[in-house]
Amino acid sequence: MPSATSLDVTAIRKDFPILAQQVHGKPLIYLDNAATSQKPKCVIEALTRFYQMDNANIHRGVHQLSERSTQSYEAARGKVQRFLNAANTREIIFVRGATEGINLVAQTYGRTHVSAGDEIVISAMEHHSNIVPWQMLCEEKGAVLRVIPINDRGEVESDQFEKLLNHRTRLVAVSHVSNALGTINPVREIINTAHSWNVPVLIDGAQAVPHMKVDVRDLDCDFYVFSGHKVFGPTGIGVLYGKEQLLEEMPPWQGGGDMIRSVTFEKTTYNELPYKFEAGTPDIAGVIGLGAAIDYLDQIGMDAVAAHEHDLLEYGTRALENISGLRLIGTAREKAGVLSFVIDGVHPHDAGTILDREGVAVRAGHHCAQPVMERFGVSATTRASLAFYNTREDIDGLVAGIQKVKEVFAV
Amino acid sequence: MINDLYQETILDHSRRPRNFQLLEDANRKAEGYNPLCGDQCKVFLKEHDGVIDKVTFQGAGCAISTASASLMTEVLKGKTVGEAETLLAKFHDLLTTDQPLPKDLGKLVVFSGVREFPARVKCATLAWHTLRAALRGAGEAVSTE
Repeated sequence: MPSATSLDVTAIRKDFPILAQQVHGKPLIYLDNAATSQKPKCVIEALTRFYQMDNANIHRGVHQLSERSTQSYEAARGKVQRFLNAANTREIIFVRGATEGINLVAQTYGRTHVSAGDEIVISAMEHHSNIVPWQMLCEEKGAVLRVIPINDRGEVESDQFEKLLNHRTRLVAVSHVSNALGTINPVREIINTAHSWNVPVLIDGAQAVPHMKVDVRDLDCDFYVFSGHKVFGPTGIGVLYGKEQLLEEMPPWQGGGDMIRSVTFEKTTYNELPYKFEAGTPDIAGVIGLGAAIDYLDQIGMDAVAAHEHDLLEYGTRALENISGLRLIGTAREKAGVLSFVIDGVHPHDAGTILDREGVAVRAGHHCAQPVMERFGVSATTRASLAFYNTREDIDGLVAGIQKVKEVFAV
Repeated sequence: MINDLYQETILDHSRRPRNFQLLEDANRKAEGYNPLCGDQCKVFLKEHDGVIDKVTFQGAGCAISTASASLMTEVLKGKTVGEAETLLAKFHDLLTTDQPLPKDLGKLVVFSGVREFPARVKCATLAWHTLRAALRGAGEAVSTE
């Protein structure tokens, strides 16, 4: 059945060489996009071209190659800036991924602004990467971690959030989209509410950026992080956006080359933004690859991506709801990209193994969100997660695979 | 083939695990955990003069880990501690090598299908790792990682 949206998925799929293969003798149905996304040819070629033609270190060489690589690297920063609609490129810091971005903020902004008795607010649906860095900071400082509860659909309880804020709150850190549930959080409201207490907000956008247009100025978030590999770019590269004034005031994180203006044994002066936070030779190829991924997404258009995935998610939700003994975990009214579920009498790992043999790649486990699993009274779920190159046929394949799971387990 | 992994005996033990209870008079116990998937397993042993009188387990996990724990409790009853250690080593070989199937593993050969599913070896060995910790008296939780 064709999709109801305008995206030419048949053509798009040709851009992703990895999708045209068989696993265990079955055509690959890749539904593990929340773990990592596949890469279009243009990203793979950008990496190859960089290493074949332009490879050199950046910001220091006088020679032609170094000039070219510096130019490509900084051009990619511009692409990210426009992609997020940040005010300027000084607000775009390249890091290894969303995890490192959060740790950077915890270790710099956090350590200078949080003292004993202060509070940090997160939500009950956070990925471990947006829990543990704050726990570590709280432990070091004697601060308190507060958690916004979620309801049975997997939505944050906004009225509870307001009650958690007080004059000791120093930061709010929440995900834009939940990796385990697919919930789209009302981040603009959360940011407005937090700002009414003069509390800055970090948004973990790892699961949002691949699925929807993100505008950091419209959101008015103070920090925003995402990972390149989840947005069709290479692994090992990610982005921290921060409002310029906050970044200016923050101390550097790692020390080393590139982040300094001058060094003597008596005194070092730090480089300006964004270089202050980019110590050492960065993942130059990764940044250029991420830039290529953003070019690709610009060409397709995030609105078309969102519309296509919305159609798929609705189609998939209806299909899964019709399977007896299957329970969807995460039924928020606003969702993106994720179908997380459990089947009566079948452990998610067994479901994952059987689906794999049917060619369907999904994730089974706690999705690095153990508190979410606990909230829903399950030890794990099976998670199918979407990208714009998925089709209704992929969902049909998932459903057929689930029927096979039920057949093997006779449930 | 998927049916080589999910043999009837494994499905049966996963649905109705044997000796799935706390053992009040256990004199050895240990707790195992697979941090990758969250599977948990507690093994309780009653051992007297080097002979295992009774083994029970508790926990939550997939069909493979539950069935493995269940069958383990059956085959260990009456074995000496030394025999249990030998069985563990042979069971591990069964899962991880492509040697011909050993003859003296009894019912445990139903797990030979796990060979074809390397990602599931840890599921099948969790209970056995926990058993070893219990036998060797390591008090703290063991991990498959």
